[in-house]
Amino acid sequence: MRDVAILSFAQTPYKRRESERTEVQMVLSVVTDAVEKSGLPKSDIGFTCSGSSDYLAGQSFAFVGAIDGLGAWPPIAESHVEMDGAWALYEAWIKIQTGMCNTALAFSFGRASMGSLPETLNMQLDPYTLGPLGIDSISMAALQARAWLDQDNHTERQMAEVAVRSRKNALNNPDAQLKGDFEVEKLLSEPYLIEPLHKHDCPPITDGANAVVIAAADAVPSGANPVWIRGIDHRIEPHQPGFRDLTQSPSTKLAGEKAGATRLDIAELHAPFTHQELILRDALGLDDDVRINPSGGALAANPMMVAGLTRMGEACREIWAGRAKRALAHATSGHCLQQNLVCVLEGD
Amino acid sequence: MAERCAVIGVGQTRHESKRIDVSQVGLVREAALRALEDAELSWTDIDAVVIGKAPDLFEGVMMPELFLADALGCSGKPMLRVHTAGSVGGSTAIVAASLVEAGVHERVLTVSYEKQSESNAMWALTIRMPFQQGIVAGAGGFFAPLIRSYMRRSKAPEDTGIRVALKDRLNALKNPYAHLKFPDVDFDQIASSPMLWDPIRYLETCPSSDGACAMVLSSEKPAKQASKTPAWVHATSMRTEPTMFAGRDQVNPQAGKDAAKDLYAKAGITDPRKQIDCAEIYVPFSWFEPMWLENLGFAPEGEGWKMTYEGATALDGDMPINMSGGVLSSNPIGASGMLRFAEAANQVRGEAGEHQVDGAKVALGHAYGGGSQYFSMWIVGAEPR
Repeated sequence: MRDVAILSFAQTPYKRRESERTEVQMVLSVVTDAVEKSGLPKSDIGFTCSGSSDYLAGQSFAFVGAIDGLGAWPPIAESHVEMDGAWALYEAWIKIQTGMCNTALAFSFGRASMGSLPETLNMQLDPYTLGPLGIDSISMAALQARAWLDQDNHTERQMAEVAVRSRKNALNNPDAQLKGDFEVEKLLSEPYLIEPLHKHDCPPITDGANAVVIAAADAVPSGANPVWIRGIDHRIEPHQPGFRDLTQSPSTKLAGEKAGATRLDIAELHAPFTHQELILRDALGLDDDVRINPSGGALAANPMMVAGLTRMGEACREIWAGRAKRALAHATSGHCLQQNLVCVLEGD
Repeated sequence: MAERCAVIGVGQTRHESKRIDVSQVGLVREAALRALEDAELSWTDIDAVVIGKAPDLFEGVMMPELFLADALGCSGKPMLRVHTAGSVGGSTAIVAASLVEAGVHERVLTVSYEKQSESNAMWALTIRMPFQQGIVAGAGGFFAPLIRSYMRRSKAPEDTGIRVALKDRLNALKNPYAHLKFPDVDFDQIASSPMLWDPIRYLETCPSSDGACAMVLSSEKPAKQASKTPAWVHATSMRTEPTMFAGRDQVNPQAGKDAAKDLYAKAGITDPRKQIDCAEIYVPFSWFEPMWLENLGFAPEGEGWKMTYEGATALDGDMPINMSGGVLSSNPIGASGMLRFAEAANQVRGEAGEHQVDGAKVALGHAYGGGSQYFSMWIVGAEPR
């Protein structure tokens, strides 16, 4: 395997509704920023891969327009996954491993504000057996939370503590959307949104975009501050909730083992719902001395198709700031943590 | 490249207007099981799955790979979902090949599909961009002016497109999986079919199909152990350019030329017409055959139509094109690119049945998408390179 490093990361400030800029403008800004910070000339980027979903824009081929934000002329080697940007980075990493290129750009964008996200995500369910039930994404997460609470004396207080810590951490993150100093007692006294989930257990709806530039060791420019990808792996589980133990995340566990997720200082976990962070911590065997989501995580900003790649970027920011040496970044996709990616990052 | 990659199994479904006998799950499994059977492997032999399809709105399921994971034996495995517009079937195969070439996996199943009967593809492909004039209906509406432009530039005879369609429709009669088959098809039937998008006639147009295609790709060792001849991946290439800007040549796009140049350089090809035995290229409207022959360097610019006219592209010509009947005969959009790649593989494996080109050793598979702006292609050979 070739040693590959993340050279740079850029993201838009995350907000409930991006009303000033189109997707193309968002992509243009993060791509320009990430390439500039990488120290590589744009013409040196050997491969580009993006992640997005047509369903957020409500239009077929929505990703095609994003090409205009790349300045893809002369033509570029480029691909797209209908997945979170974390998987776009995975494809880019693979491309470097084949030796066909030495550097790559991965980016993602999502404007969930264009529709009603929980209902849109209903269309992510099996269209024959699950979708027609009309269940939305929050209700699916609530089923999982109920299964988790029914086990091992788990409590809603533990979940609220995740929310409080996440949004407190987000106070230090200029790009985060939902931040503040909240009290567990007060949060628990609020009414349920969908029992057993309170509003604080749920992520905000977010618009945003991000981009990273990666390079093989021999293509890292001088003066760069590379964060090395020590391991990266992803796994999927069955879709039908009845086929899985929703309180566990065996795909995360396996991906973590394959990626070598040990000796960690921090972990950026893509857990849109509070109980999911606790399931993920358990699956990854994270000790209490591993700092979780210093950025605030997906509970502070959850741009669909973007938030997974953001975890990698935020882990890099901690390493670049000297607050961590070795970090785990995790991305999830689908309902109830169906698909998971784990990446282990280490400073130079 | 870290590792060699080969195609060791190929499968596809019957392609029809409406496969009401199967769900989306049944459709992808039909192709995947045939590919596994062809490779003499089972689900447990597969390390990872790469799936591709065109827009999710065609079937009304957001990221359908999530619900197809169960049926494709993905539990506990890596699964990737590719979408690069019409070229996606080709790009999906290339991503799958990359996983093997990177040395990350030994055996990868790649699947692509479209079940277009779930919606209306023509109107789904009629894209109305915000703040822009809605001036076209369907993909034909977009591509007809490009064809008209090609006719003007090349001074190709008006009946070139009819000849392409006749050749592809005759080839389709030899393909048991093809969607459109007209046993009595002749020049006059195509010439007298209704004009849909001038200059594209009804019988010069691709159908809207339900269908899937799958391949098993492997590294060198499993390929050498396979009982059937593998198709070795000699080279892959992808290129993208923006949909529109002043000065862009949409008839002979730079991205296609660049991808071909890159592909031939990697495969050691200096004279494609001599060194490539046959090619399966993405021709959804008949006139795109001469256009792509030029874009791919099989003919000088302005002269692609001569190859069609002289019969060079027929099954018994010196440069057979679209031996399977091509996109004109079966078009489940998400799978159409992979069907081209799979036909190229089957040709060099000697597994192309009645539409086999005698002695095919090197073949090209090609796909394009968007507004003639996404290109993916590969060259496969009977021998490793």
